[in-house]
Amino acid sequence: MDQRERINRLRWRCTRRAMLEMDLLLGEFLEQQFPTLTEQQADAFVVLADMEDLELWPLINGSQECTDAVQGEVLALLRNVRVK
Amino acid sequence: MSKQSIPVRKFDAVIVGAGGSGLRAAIQLSEGGLKTAVLSKVFPTRSHTVAAQGGVSASLGNSEEDHWHWHMYDTVKGSDWLGDQDAIEYMCRMAPEVVVELEHFGMPFDRTDEGKIYQRPFGGHMSNFGEKPVRRACAAADRTGHAMLHALYQRNVRANTQFFVEWMALDLIRDEAGQVLGVLALEMETGEVVAFHAKATVFATGGAGRIYYSSTNAFINTGDGLGMAARAGIPLEDMEFWQFHPTGVAGAGVLITEGVRGEGGILRNSDNERFMERYAPNAKDLASRDVVSRAMVTEINEGRGCGPNKDFVLLDITHLDPATIMKRLPGIREISIQFAGIDPIKAPIPVVPTCHYQMGGIPTNYKGQVVSPDGTPVKGFYAAGEVACASVHGANRLGTNSLLDLLVFGKSSGDSVIDDVKSGAIALKDLPAGYAERTMARLDRLNTQTGGSNVNETRLDLQRTMQKHCGVFRFKDMLLEGVAKITEIEKAVAKTEIKDKSQVWNTARVEALELDNLIEVAKATLVSAEARKESRGAHVRDDAPDTPENPNGRDDVLWHKHTLWHREGSRLSYKPVTMTPLSVETIALKTRSY
Ligand SMILES: Cc1cc2nc3c(=O)[nH]c(=O)nc-3n(C[C@H](O)[C@H](O)[C@H](O)COP(=O)(O)OP(=O)(O)OC[C@H]3O[C@@H](n4cnc5c(N)ncnc54)[C@H](O)[C@@H]3O)c2cc1C
Repeated sequence: MDQRERINRLRWRCTRRAMLEMDLLLGEFLEQQFPTLTEQQADAFVVLADMEDLELWPLINGSQECTDAVQGEVLALLRNVRVK
Repeated sequence: MSKQSIPVRKFDAVIVGAGGSGLRAAIQLSEGGLKTAVLSKVFPTRSHTVAAQGGVSASLGNSEEDHWHWHMYDTVKGSDWLGDQDAIEYMCRMAPEVVVELEHFGMPFDRTDEGKIYQRPFGGHMSNFGEKPVRRACAAADRTGHAMLHALYQRNVRANTQFFVEWMALDLIRDEAGQVLGVLALEMETGEVVAFHAKATVFATGGAGRIYYSSTNAFINTGDGLGMAARAGIPLEDMEFWQFHPTGVAGAGVLITEGVRGEGGILRNSDNERFMERYAPNAKDLASRDVVSRAMVTEINEGRGCGPNKDFVLLDITHLDPATIMKRLPGIREISIQFAGIDPIKAPIPVVPTCHYQMGGIPTNYKGQVVSPDGTPVKGFYAAGEVACASVHGANRLGTNSLLDLLVFGKSSGDSVIDDVKSGAIALKDLPAGYAERTMARLDRLNTQTGGSNVNETRLDLQRTMQKHCGVFRFKDMLLEGVAKITEIEKAVAKTEIKDKSQVWNTARVEALELDNLIEVAKATLVSAEARKESRGAHVRDDAPDTPENPNGRDDVLWHKHTLWHREGSRLSYKPVTMTPLSVETIALKTRSY
């Protein structure tokens, strides 16, 4: 799979989710911040994006703790996304 | 790509959609021994049903006395008498059975101390034909939709339902005689188009709330089932009826619950005035959804909206104690910060009435069979869930009746398929010559278009037009202008251009194809709304006000009928509302007041 395919698949999985909140957050993150992530962080984001919305949302809003350090970095960035 | 090269896969039944309705239908079919395929744009448990938190209604009577007939009365009244009473009786009678069945599939409902399904009150649910509130909503904490999808999905895995995930159905296959023979679908991972050839095709593609600029619906709700049906010559029923929620975050659409106003939140206009005092002196900000929504739109239309474009009002909780906000409304604070860029402790939240639910859809009967205007079933075609119009929601849906609709009509459509296959009413007919031509021409056009319109811009144009011209409160001239505008936008949709022409994972192509569906829904909505010269349920017109002859602006003499929008020529026809239930007496027309 080349880079374009990888990004497009990720874009689909970020913007066709179960909840509008997550479409907006992950879509915005993908456009604005994903290109600036380290390789490790990018991999962690793919893992997070593959979670279901009701698993991911509590990790983003901090009501549930994340034990993976790199995922934690990405979640901190996600938490600061402002959709406007 | 020529039509000869299209691979064909054969099934007894193909279901398009893996939300609550599609998965419920699939259980019936797979467990009934039919070879069943389910297509979905996303992994099943990512379907939009997940977003439903409130619950599912059933007159179980676990907390206090209740009866399906009372539920039926509430639903007819909620529908402003536009719902079909045979379908409503069927749904309300079946409710306890399908909810208990869901429990047996593993749904973790909240429980009472005695271990029964716990039930809570919800707007519009009453006992004894509208007398007093009754507890009828069954929920699994605030994740009812999520839990429901998981229970249904697991059951399907057990029954060997075959899933095709990240596939997008493009068009119905219909022969000369009008029989439906399956769908053409695009596999995103390969870009390949495949014909799913089946005895029965069930549509369960969900709603189309993305036709509006401000919508609580996730991006996936592009009305694909409606677009496919319309292109195949199936009319769409009652598309003028859309339920709006008064407080979606302006721009983003994310829902702010009524609870915020319950805690003391106040709506203000650009003069900082608490305008609800003028519209509802007693209930003020806590007046019913439609009253609040209309007041908000009136403020905006009369130039008292806020922001640079004066296109929203403010929901103010800055006067509340920050400790109360942190304690009672923490989720709302987060949502406001992330989606409006505003900390509601310090500044008010920009809000607008926001599209929430589609009452209309593909016309079906209570058996989940798609029906022609004369009521006869379209052979081989079935539909359930938000894409379908049975019609149980009529002009306005009662909260929690939608999840019930998925279970009841998902199941009944599955049963109908089994009956129709067994009785020989439907069999696998040969695919007609040239069945894929129209679809392939659409794809070819996209691949070769130059100098065309931009997909994102055209979609935004469509959404803004719908919001402005056909929103929660409707005006004659605006509707007329809206019809003209949407006709212009349709021309742009026919000329969309994508830069990426590759086969594999071409999301630009998929989004352009989704827009082809949005435009059909938008046209159907505007044209149907412009024509209906009364106010009823969620369709409220400024030129059809509340008068003694026509309370609430409803005109039963001229308009007690279902709209049917036909794509060809954007033509309308009408059909009567079914007023005869299956076993009880008609619930006679009455003014709807709460
Ligand atoms: C925020 C929110 C809260 C709600 N809360 C409640 C509530 O508490 N109670 C209640 O009763 N109702 C509620 N509703 C309404 C209810 O959730 C929906 O009406 C219902 O879930 C729709 O289910 P469905 O099965 O029809 O479609 P969905 O769950 O939307 O599923 C549609 C399926 O079709 C697939 N699909 C669509 N197009 C295609 C295509 N072209 N090709 C292949 N697959 C396709 C999708 O991938 C998906 O699997 C709520 C709605 C919203 C937006």
